[in-house]
Order: sequence, then C-alpha cells, then structure tokens
Amino acid sequence: MDWNNLLSGLDRHTLDGITRGSIYALVALGYTMVYGVMKLINFAHSEVFMVGTWTVLGVYTLIGATTGMGVGMIILASLLALVAAMLASAATALAVERIAYRPLRKKGAPPLIFLITGIGCSMVLVETFGQVLKAFFGPPFGRVLVDIPVVLPTKVLFTIPGIDLRIENTHVIIIFGAIFMMVALDTFVNKSRLGRGVRAVAQDPDTASLMGVNRERVIMLVFVLGGAMAGVAALLYTIEYDFTKFDVGFLIGLKAFTAAVLGGIGNLRGALVGGLLLGIVEVYGSALWDSSWTNVFAFVVLVLVLMFRPTGLLGESLGKARA
Amino acid sequence: MSQILDAYRGLKLGDRWDGAPQWVRRVGLLLVIAFAFYLPFLNILPFAYIRTDLSSSGSDWASVLFLVVIYMIVAVGLNVVIGLAGLLDLGYVGFYALGAYSVALFGSTSSPVVEALQSRFGLSEEWAVPFAICIPIAILIALMAGVVLGAPTLRLRGDYLAIVTLGFGEIIRITARNLDGVTNGATGITGVPVPPGPEIDGRAFFNTIDAERWYWLALTILLVLIWMAFRLEHSRVGRAWLAIREDEDAAAIMGVAAFKYKLWAFAIGATLGGLAGLLFGSKQQYVEPNAFMVNLSFLFVAMVVIGGSGNVYGVLLGAFLLTYLPERFREFQEWRPFAFGVALVLVMILRPQGLVPSRRRAREFEDRKVDAEEAAADA
Repeated sequence: MDWNNLLSGLDRHTLDGITRGSIYALVALGYTMVYGVMKLINFAHSEVFMVGTWTVLGVYTLIGATTGMGVGMIILASLLALVAAMLASAATALAVERIAYRPLRKKGAPPLIFLITGIGCSMVLVETFGQVLKAFFGPPFGRVLVDIPVVLPTKVLFTIPGIDLRIENTHVIIIFGAIFMMVALDTFVNKSRLGRGVRAVAQDPDTASLMGVNRERVIMLVFVLGGAMAGVAALLYTIEYDFTKFDVGFLIGLKAFTAAVLGGIGNLRGALVGGLLLGIVEVYGSALWDSSWTNVFAFVVLVLVLMFRPTGLLGESLGKARA
Repeated sequence: MSQILDAYRGLKLGDRWDGAPQWVRRVGLLLVIAFAFYLPFLNILPFAYIRTDLSSSGSDWASVLFLVVIYMIVAVGLNVVIGLAGLLDLGYVGFYALGAYSVALFGSTSSPVVEALQSRFGLSEEWAVPFAICIPIAILIALMAGVVLGAPTLRLRGDYLAIVTLGFGEIIRITARNLDGVTNGATGITGVPVPPGPEIDGRAFFNTIDAERWYWLALTILLVLIWMAFRLEHSRVGRAWLAIREDEDAAAIMGVAAFKYKLWAFAIGATLGGLAGLLFGSKQQYVEPNAFMVNLSFLFVAMVVIGGSGNVYGVLLGAFLLTYLPERFREFQEWRPFAFGVALVLVMILRPQGLVPSRRRAREFEDRKVDAEEAAADA
C-alpha cells in the first residue's frame, strides 16, 4: 500500500476519479431506467455504449477530422459526432428491445430468459464489430484496438492556486457534459408528461395502464433515453481515452452496473452518486495498490454493497423519485 | 422447420423409451455406453465423416472427444445451477479455472506454492502433492469459492447473481494473471500432474499423445456424474430446487428453506466445474490465465440453455453440439462467438425451453404462454 502516492496526489486523483465516474454515471442511467420500468438488467446495454464509440470514429473518419483543426471545426465535428452517437446508440437500444425482449414479454417468459437473450444480443453486437464487419470491410474492424483521432487537443485551462491542480479542458467538458445531461434527464422524468408516464409504470405497471399510460411506449422511451445517454457517454469516453475496441463495452458495462447498484438501481440520482463514487474509489485504489488491479475494485465494491446495503446508497425506485 | 419439429414430436421418443420393457432399456443403455467408449476408433465409412481429423489440418479426434466430455461435465454441473435451481451463473469459468489452478499449484513441482512448501519443510525438489490428494484439494477450493460467492448474493434477486458471478469469473482470471508470486502470472504453470497409471510403451499411461485414455477416464467420470445428477434431481433436494425455481415465495411458505437449497445448488455446481477444470488442466499439463476468458462462461451457459436447461439429455446434446461443431468446421472458427450469440437469441425466442427440454419445464413455458395470452386478451 502506497499511502504516500495517494495522499501526495489526492487532488489529481480525485479529479481523475470524478472524470471517470461521470462516464460510468451516464452509462449507468441506461441500466437504472430500464431496471426501474421493467425490473430487468439489460445486458446488451454495454454494447449500446460500444456502438456509440464506433459511431464517433465513423463520423470523424467521414468528415476527415484530425488533430489541429480550428476551433469552429472542432465544435462542429464534436457536435456531429455527439448527435450521431446518440442516434446510433438509441437505435441500437431500441433494436435490442424489439428483437430480444418484446417477443419474450408477449410470451410471458421467466426473467432468466430475458437475461439470456440480452447476453445473446450482446455477443452478436460485439462480434458484429469484431468479426462480421471485418469480414466485409477489413480494418479498422476486428479484434484490435482502434485509435480515434484526437479532435479535441488536451489543454490546461487554468491552475488552481495553492494546491497547484491543473484543470484541463477535457475534464471540464466531460464532467459538465455528464452533469448537464443528467440534470436534463432528471428534469424530463420529473417534470414532463412523458416522464410522469415513466414514473407511473415504474411504480405500478397495471394501475398505470388502467390510467391510460401506454406501457409498451414507455418501455420504448426508456430504451431510447438510456441509449442516447450511452451515446453521450461514448463521445465523452473517446475524448478522454482516444480509442475504441470491439469489446470496450464489457468492463464499462460492468462498472456502470456497479455504479447503478451502488447508488440504488432504479434511482436516477443514485446513478450519478454511484458513478462518481465508483470512479473515485477506482482511482484511489489504483494509486494505493497497482493499476493492474483496477478492475477488481469495482467488483469488490459491488459485492460489499450487495452484502451490506443491497438497495444502494440512495435507495431504489424510479417511481418514487420526486423533486 | 416447424414441420420437422412436429414430426419429431410425433415420434414421442421419450414416451416410447419410458414405455419399453426394462431389458430393452438396459440393453439400449449399454449399447450407447459401449458405442461412446468405442468412438475414438470409429472408422466405419458413413459414420467416420463425423471425425474431425479427416483433413490434415483437422484437430485430433480423441482430444476433441475429450473436450466434448469435459464440457459435458461442465454442462451437467451448470444444469444443476441454471436448469434445476433456476440461478443464472455467468462466472462458471471461475470455478473451472479454480479446479485447473488448484491441481497445478499443489501438484506441479514448478509451481511457486510447491516450491514454498519444499523450502519451508525441507523437502526434496521432486516432491509435490500427490495427484490423488490434489483432487480433494481442488474440489474443496471450488466448493468454498461457491459458498463464499453464493452466501452474500443468493439472498438477493436472481439478476444480481448474474452480474456478481460475471465479475467473479473475470476476477479469478485477473488474480491468476497478477499474482506472479503464487501463480507465475501470465507465464502459467507447466508440469501439471497426471493421474498415476502403468507405463505402456515407455510412456506414462496418461500422457499428451494418447488422448483416448483421457477420453475414457473423463467419460467414466461423466457417466458416474450423470447417474448422480439423476438421483439428485429426484431426491428431496431436487424437488426443493424445482419448487424454488417455479415460485420461490410459494416454496418458502410451504417450508422450503430457499436460501439453503440455492446455496446447495450453487456449491454442487461449483464442485463439478472445479472437477472439469481439474481434468482439463491435468490433460493439458499446463495452465495459463488466458485459457479462462469470460467468453467460456457464455459458452457454458449457451450449452445448457440451447440444449434444454433442466434436462440432462438436453444439456449433453447442447455441450456436444457447441463443442463438436466448431471443431468439425474449423474454417468457421472465427465466427463461433457470433454464431453462439445468434443461436442464443433465436433459440430463446422461438423455443425458450431449449432443443430437448425436460417435460416439466416445457409445460411450465406452455402455462406461462397461455397466461400471457389470456392477460393480453383481457387487456
């Protein structure tokens, strides 16, 4: 244990943790919303995120975005990538719902079967990028790491005096982007008419449908919203890490799920709290021990939460989440 | 497709088998077992096309058979967890890896654990834990891992278990890779011990060349395990699992201690996984972390649910198909995970009870479907 390393860089580690955690939190929203409405873990959600990262790469390639463009072009390229990633991820999430879950709901299949079709969809999506597209188009598809052009060069915006903490533009964009999206989603669910439908179905599906809420439409809506959030997360991820891979979703998915459970699955604000906490725990953990153990921390956190507070820090329920 | 299925249903193979006189069943069973033992030497022409070594690039037929049987053991074990108790375990590869690693760590003279024991107790350099003692060690470690993992998570909703076990499978692999001082890290451990046996032609009885002997050993173990699985399924414990799977609350009201029996299922499954891993590691005589990737867990689950979870014959068929087909058609090996994914989704949507379902399970699905249709008609 290297306490010195942790304490001497505490401010830097915290900033890294929050940055990383913002991305987990955005992906966790997808798990938490689907869980709140359907009581189902959408196993393919990690792949919804993965599709988003590839879409960002696709947009950058199409418009020929490279490092060192002008400010206007950077903003334009990023916005295009953002919109495309949100659309692609939302479409993927919706397709998963249509193909894997809806037919089962019609048959009243037991919950186990939903999980298995989710895993099947996840494998199909991963292999689509790892194998199928490679067979047709060759690289960059395949089972290798693919670099994404650094459209937004990292720059130190300002230094916090006293502790000498350098804040970079990527940190600011990721943290504020994530928090902005979460506040927007929270407002939507709590204030809008559609959001009221989502909360109603989460509370009591049967009564909600008696009150005229279309359950199928609400389910579609949460998949689309969760997918769009994963798309935003995908863009932020590529800003921070500059690469993608066919199985990039696996670990992010596992951690985002942990974040959702940590905050209280089914609870939107819980996803934010859980994501940020998990990101910080992870970075602190790698500073204390060794970064090769990073992926173990998320798992240990998950087991501890399930043992001592299975409803999460803020408690579960999308239905009762009120302003 | 549906016509074929109808024709198959019309045969009522299961009913006919049950209705046949006992001597017919006994002789039939003996013939099947004898044929299974004869398989490595199969050379009669029309049937020989199932061999995997017809072309020079094909894989060794007996080794493929061995792998099929190992995965059948895995499938029988995982069937207890998924099929009988209805718990989704996505980290089964973790137990498999634990079995393989325990026999390697305690039985190989080149493992750091054995070296530490040697220097601690002043033993000779050739000393290692004998194979016969490695078996209970491996089983005990897998069993303990099952209990330690199951105890905190089995009280919770079933879908949490899926995620926790998924993480567990990954953690075992990462730990094996990172703990250089204990497991040799990514290099792996060589010289994993093999079962003792008489020397033939100057080679140990169980060696890396004569794979059919390994196949026979594994097949014998598999047959014993299948028998045990059947006994278990129809025991008090088996009935408790069934009740829990169909309705946990109702079972609890009827006095079935749900948590206890779920933990039993989990531990038994873990033990069989460890045993399969032990055989695998011993035959390879080499273990390394990358042999236990998370994809293997998905393959195991796919074997059970595609074959027909809850039915031992079904999961045996699933294990056979998903292991044998990729080996027979090696040119499509790269496509294997994609094909599994597609097969999982298709089978679950079109035939959620699996290819060869257990009768009770098939009826459960039928009931649920009727309920859902009635609910839809009411709405």
